[in-house]
Amino acid sequence: MSELNKMTLADARNNLRAGEITSVELTEACLAEIDGSDALNAFVHNTPEIAMQQAQAADARIAEGDAPSMCGLPIGIKDLFCTKGVPSQAASRILDGFRPEYESTVSQNLFDAGAVMLGKLNMDEFAMGSSNETSVYGNAVNPWKVDDRALTPGGSSGGSAAAVAADLCLAATGTDTGGSIRQPAAFTGITGIKPTYGRCSRWGIIAFASSLDQAGPMTKSVRDAAIMLEAMCGHDPKDSTSADLAVPNFEAMLSGDIRGKVIGIPKEYRMDGMPEEIEQLWADGTAMLKDAGAEIRDITLPHTKYALPAYYVIAPAEASSNLARYDGVRYGHRATLEAGDGITEMYEKTRAEGFGHEVQNRVMIGTYVLSAGFYDAYYNRARRVRALIKKDFDDVFAAGVDAILTPATPSSAFGLGEMADADPVQMYLNDVFTVTVNLAGLPGISVPAGLDSKGLPLGLQLIGKPWEEGDMLNIAYALEGAAGFVAKPAKWW
Amino acid sequence: MLDLTYETPKIKTIAGARHDWELVIGMEVHAQVSSNAKLFSGASTKFGAEPNSNVSFVDSAMPGMLPVINEFAVEQAVRTGLGLKAEINLVSAFDRKNYFYPDLPQGYQISQLYHPIVGEGEVIVDMGPGVARKVRIERIHMEQDAGKSIHDMDPNMSFVDLNRTGVCLMEIVSRPDIRGPEEAAAYLGKLRQIMRYLGTCDGNMQEGSMRADVNVSVCLPGEYEKFIETGDFSHLRTRCEIKNMNSMRFIQQAIDIEARRQIALHEAGEEVVQETRLFDPDKGETRSMRSKEEAHDYRYFPDPDLLPLEIEQAWVDNIAASLPELPDEKKARFVNDFGLSEYDASVLTAEVENAAYFEEVQREAGDGKLSANWVINELFGRLKKEDHGITDSPVSPSQLAGIIKLIKSGDISGKIAKDLFEIVYTEGGDPAEIVEARGMKQVTDTGAIEAAVDEIIAANPAQVEKAKQNPKLAGWFVGQVMKATGGKANPKAVNELVAAKLGL
Repeated sequence: MSELNKMTLADARNNLRAGEITSVELTEACLAEIDGSDALNAFVHNTPEIAMQQAQAADARIAEGDAPSMCGLPIGIKDLFCTKGVPSQAASRILDGFRPEYESTVSQNLFDAGAVMLGKLNMDEFAMGSSNETSVYGNAVNPWKVDDRALTPGGSSGGSAAAVAADLCLAATGTDTGGSIRQPAAFTGITGIKPTYGRCSRWGIIAFASSLDQAGPMTKSVRDAAIMLEAMCGHDPKDSTSADLAVPNFEAMLSGDIRGKVIGIPKEYRMDGMPEEIEQLWADGTAMLKDAGAEIRDITLPHTKYALPAYYVIAPAEASSNLARYDGVRYGHRATLEAGDGITEMYEKTRAEGFGHEVQNRVMIGTYVLSAGFYDAYYNRARRVRALIKKDFDDVFAAGVDAILTPATPSSAFGLGEMADADPVQMYLNDVFTVTVNLAGLPGISVPAGLDSKGLPLGLQLIGKPWEEGDMLNIAYALEGAAGFVAKPAKWW
Repeated sequence: MLDLTYETPKIKTIAGARHDWELVIGMEVHAQVSSNAKLFSGASTKFGAEPNSNVSFVDSAMPGMLPVINEFAVEQAVRTGLGLKAEINLVSAFDRKNYFYPDLPQGYQISQLYHPIVGEGEVIVDMGPGVARKVRIERIHMEQDAGKSIHDMDPNMSFVDLNRTGVCLMEIVSRPDIRGPEEAAAYLGKLRQIMRYLGTCDGNMQEGSMRADVNVSVCLPGEYEKFIETGDFSHLRTRCEIKNMNSMRFIQQAIDIEARRQIALHEAGEEVVQETRLFDPDKGETRSMRSKEEAHDYRYFPDPDLLPLEIEQAWVDNIAASLPELPDEKKARFVNDFGLSEYDASVLTAEVENAAYFEEVQREAGDGKLSANWVINELFGRLKKEDHGITDSPVSPSQLAGIIKLIKSGDISGKIAKDLFEIVYTEGGDPAEIVEARGMKQVTDTGAIEAAVDEIIAANPAQVEKAKQNPKLAGWFVGQVMKATGGKANPKAVNELVAAKLGL
């Protein structure tokens, strides 16, 4: 069987269980593909020994008839996840040489379900960025290309998106604080889901903004997203914000039957200056759902326009505090000090050298908005806005809406370096459709739905009710089927 | 239950050059919660462990680690609040206090600024029999302790010990109701006593289990009363905070010294600056630590890793129902039920173990006053000689009760009882058996005593004549009889017989 690495999780699983292929074969195919993919810069730490060990163990389990849901399936892990004994440094210099002595709950859940880890994936430093350009490893590159222009895979989970889109692995983990799964998924033509806040444990995931961070799968199909999400999530007593709820069988909920479902179309997401192609895609997606039997309803989410500013107060505020632990005292990078330097110089030099520009920006913004005299004007006001945004969604769901359809991004993937001289706010606008979902703690999924005129993938986003990922996945499954997106990037790397 | 009623203590004044000044003191007491595990991690809290051996990934703030609340620590805080007759907040929340220091691995301390778990309460601070100060508690919140930085081990390096990092502290904040150095020390002592009764803090000040920040200001007579009437802080003068005190003696010294410093400034027409100060016991002064504090903006905000802490009234009620009898109630009961003096009741209730010991003795011996005398005078005195506490006592409550019962039954005299106590203390054994075996029983057989009396009278005719003139000399005969009987004769019987035989 050729090109095993191109399989979906579901196909590979079925073939493994049927004895058609082995995990070792699958894993070797992926490792070989990774070896030839340096130009994508998606993987930043390869773990072939671990992968082969896990693959052999998985084959043994399958042979014994004990094959859990992810058994033998090779995946990549975003560098934000702490993986035991394996470099885990959030793509930051400040965690230089850091190898945790513990395994994040989500990666452990995946390993318990039999998954095989191929290595760690590139990302924006501390998940702060929308283009993967803030990584200490340099940016990952989108396997999709227009002419000879190198494009961003999006961010922050850009390495994960590039690796899945280029078939370096069957799927990958991502994390999403303001769109970091959904935007790169849309830019690379794959599926990415951010579950309800509290569905996946945050334990062992390097924190960016604790009240917004959620892990989720980045996959080649909606079915794969359902399979992998189920394996990743679940209650974890080690995370106080993890929900003590049973995990449904998400895959079993993929009937494709969405007759009678009410889909909301929020007017506030129709932004000024939105490209015609995005408008068209959205309209097409709406029509597809209607054709599948859903009821389409115009809705209003009146506080949407305040979401981005609120997000860019709350996320940096939490980050400024979460990143205080990177001080050079206990682990990671410590600056070389000069005679006479004291503790203050050690902090200043270590953090100046260890954090990149964007991280420093956000730490300073966060410090500012929390400081005495500004707290009420910024942080407290942003929290109030957040409550209003959540209420907008609550009201809509209470009125009978089952899910909300929006574009995933305001454009297709842009060129690497293109934003270098732009106002940072230009970059932040990438998150305009996605941050509301994090602020409200809701599940959201990006599904590839078409190509733009340049031949680049575009995604649509579905926003679900809290804890109703299964229902949202089923609507996404119907949309995926109707959109019939099958395009693949031409291999150039 | 009867409560004891109290007079308010006289307010201590300090004479300045121009006026007499009063003191206004509020305290923030940091008490380490008695719990095997830390506030947000499972690491041990054992004192004196090897440096950095009681440290979890959470305590050392490894990337991706998250705090999980220790339910027992919450229970202890609630128990403390109930012990201080305080309001328990069913919803409280944790905030982050952000600052950089090597012994603070997270870069923030998790505390409760906005919504503490315990609200207003009160403490009755005893200042002598019948005199007490009521000190209002403003709030109690839970927070993490920091680690320890060690700067004197190496000329070029500093070391950090994270064993204390994350240990649960309760910060008990008083209103400015304390009016003198002695009251401040007594307040701390009372908190310590109550928490030791509750088992929520071991109160060990040497090990740092209790530390206090003391806010001191001075005022002219009448100013404080205006503040109390109106609740308006503008009637009070600027205060200074003396940080991190862990000795009752130093607290008193520091308050006195700081008050005198402020008085001198006020009288010289200079301004007292609100600031944090450190007490230097060697130089006998308080010093500003402002330079270090100046730049601090703690940027408090709700900790997003923790949900608001919600507890149920029924859970609180259960804790309330399991609360032990507290010192004030116990003291009142000892006075009312056993007829003890307030002083004796105070001595016996100072430590919960002492009170328990006394109650066991009393229960067996059945005489409160006699039991109190023996516990306080004989047992405590003897233990103190060897620097022992009650828990080290070689005499069990049952043994001491045995001695007291022998006194009450008239089997032994008070004097013999002291000898018996010493035997039991040093050699052990059942008091009744010892008395029997060693022939220490009082002779109450009047026949035997009579024979002895007759013998002495017959042998001393001159003394008999003198005694008939001066009845006071009868005591000489009593002494002779006691001597002849080896001290075992019942003194009362001897007295009576001597008087009868001499015809007095």
